[in-house]
Amino acid sequence: MRISRASFASALTLMAILTGTQFAAADTEVRFYYPIAVGGPLTKIIDGYAAEFEASHPGIKVKPIYTGDYIQTTAKALTAVRGGDSPECAIMLAADLYTLTDADAVIPLDDLATTPEDKKWLAGFYPAFMENARVGGKTYAAPFQRSTPVLYWNKEAFKEAGLDPDKAPANWDEMREDAKKLTKRDASGNVTRWGIQIPTDGNAAWLYTGLTTADDVKLINSDGNKTAFNDPRAVESLKYLHDLSYVDASQAKGLTSWGTTPKDFTEGKVAMIWHTTGSLGVIRKNATFGFGLGYLPAKAHFGAPTGGGNFYIFKGLSAEKQKAAFEFIKFMTSADRAADWSIQTGYVATQPASWETPVMKAYVKDVPQAAVARDQLQFAVPEVTAHESARVTKALNDAIAAVMTDSKSAQPALDEAQRQAEIALKDYR
Amino acid sequence: MQSRQSTFLALAMALPAMILLVAFTHFPIIATVVDSFLSTPKPRRPSHYVGLDNYNTMIADPIFWKALTNNLIYAAATIPVSVALALAMALVVNSKIKGRGLLRMAFFTPTVLPMIAVANIWLFFFTPTYGAIDQILSIVGMHATNWLGSTQTALLCVIIVAVWKEAGFFMIFYLAALQTIPPDLIEAARIEGADRWQILRRVTLPLLGPTTLFVAVNAVINAFRTVDHIFVLTGGGPDNATNVLMYEIYLVGFGFFDQGYAAALTVVLLAGLALVAVGQFVLFDKRVHYR
Repeated sequence: MRISRASFASALTLMAILTGTQFAAADTEVRFYYPIAVGGPLTKIIDGYAAEFEASHPGIKVKPIYTGDYIQTTAKALTAVRGGDSPECAIMLAADLYTLTDADAVIPLDDLATTPEDKKWLAGFYPAFMENARVGGKTYAAPFQRSTPVLYWNKEAFKEAGLDPDKAPANWDEMREDAKKLTKRDASGNVTRWGIQIPTDGNAAWLYTGLTTADDVKLINSDGNKTAFNDPRAVESLKYLHDLSYVDASQAKGLTSWGTTPKDFTEGKVAMIWHTTGSLGVIRKNATFGFGLGYLPAKAHFGAPTGGGNFYIFKGLSAEKQKAAFEFIKFMTSADRAADWSIQTGYVATQPASWETPVMKAYVKDVPQAAVARDQLQFAVPEVTAHESARVTKALNDAIAAVMTDSKSAQPALDEAQRQAEIALKDYR
Repeated sequence: MQSRQSTFLALAMALPAMILLVAFTHFPIIATVVDSFLSTPKPRRPSHYVGLDNYNTMIADPIFWKALTNNLIYAAATIPVSVALALAMALVVNSKIKGRGLLRMAFFTPTVLPMIAVANIWLFFFTPTYGAIDQILSIVGMHATNWLGSTQTALLCVIIVAVWKEAGFFMIFYLAALQTIPPDLIEAARIEGADRWQILRRVTLPLLGPTTLFVAVNAVINAFRTVDHIFVLTGGGPDNATNVLMYEIYLVGFGFFDQGYAAALTVVLLAGLALVAVGQFVLFDKRVHYR
């Protein structure tokens, strides 16, 4: 029987398609979940990095998947792991370390870092960022979008209030006094500019750690299973935060919004804010006045938490996929990339080598504020990194919210947070 | 023979729906009840029988009681207000007034919008100082109010958004029911000398009875089910002031990954809702006038 020309042609096409798919299947796909926690066109930057990586690493396809905020990203990733369809890698909170290792969801990066070059890469990050990346001597995470809170101040408002515009308040008492002087009211008593804003509706526990660290108390041990939420100095820290609103009336009452705080600052509604260095990009773009960036003020000494997200690689995937994800992570966290990411967003470049790159040197010359966050790292501790982290952090956030809405005083609120943390952590000792 | 065949046919016809119901409703309910007596599985310790432990945890958990109280307040406020508002709006757009089409559309618009979008719009309204509400209030000299950031006003805010979103939806049912009322009944009442208020109370409302029952059941279910806007507006805060049962279940289940406790919370919510729904039908059935 003769094969008709048409069916021969379609058979050829079919073969071409089949072989074509075979070639496509040879590409290893790296699905990568990422959250966005600061303003700016981050999706575009991430997609750009992924495209660059694909161009320089044939055979690996990267699929960046935006997954909401940090909490949603961890929830989605863990749900996917439970469903047996986990992504290859994700950026998740550094503070989720124990949550992820307890769920047995991620693998140590040491398993993949076999060459001397890989080991050098893993040892190249700032130690402050690695403190909550290790469990039991193994490294589970590579720092990427790491941040630390800093104090932003409006120099024009300082001038107007008769303060030195080039000098940030160095300690708690100075900040309190400055905030009072900076608060401006109109004839009918309406506040037209608040002195200070330490946002409390999101990331409250994080910024509060900036107070407690300066007051020389560690809210949690390094094993992540014992909290000190009702330590007298922790109580003192929360009282200080409360009194800015309810005694001095130099901060708005109630919870203030993490999301709108940078805008409140650039619109001139507030003269000093505590916010992540990750917002430097947005503030620099929108501020129509000169602004300064300084350490969080000291009590016993300077102090600040680190925060932000690390790269993790998931368990239960083929060695080939994990290797591909590892290559991608190395690419994303390289010194050059970290420098570029830092310049574009305001996150702290994660390794000393980044600060030696020509682009970074030029940037620091242009924006000297960028170096402040790096220099503050010497006083930094990890943020609250606990087993059952979501539960423990919520207990602390609830206590801060109760005090900042004036519905509980600091001692009973923190006693309750400590009680809840004890219940959550008793199985991890 | 004939009847056996038709029974078989009936079963065959019901089968697709049955499969869906069993797979996505009945089986999950049973699984949830079972899970509520088990501990949460951990990699090092698989799930095991713990009896009433999860329920005891619940009784001792102040956040559960807070969420339950909030939910009852939320229900007590949203149900009557949204139903009454729906009825009022339906009566307005059922009368012969100018711009009726435009009004109907305006009342119905919130229903068409996705809840997340609605919540984002309201988030802007509630923003202190430069949000729409504070801008308007500042004209009459009111100070800026931290609507969502204060324990006194946050729950009220999420209630307002829920009512705004829901009333238009219920209005459609009332409007449809109003148009099925035969005009001769109203006319007869008018000839008997009834005034407008009497017509509403003695003729219209009784005839709307079945619709009110249906709307009320839905309003109750929604009061325990609609939490989308809470995610956007407050995240259950400040200090659990806007935390309701459904939100707490999400938090425990997908935030803390505590499967056993989340299952126990779900069972309580389910039992409560089932009880209310049955009660509503039994109680109202006698008083509702079906034609």
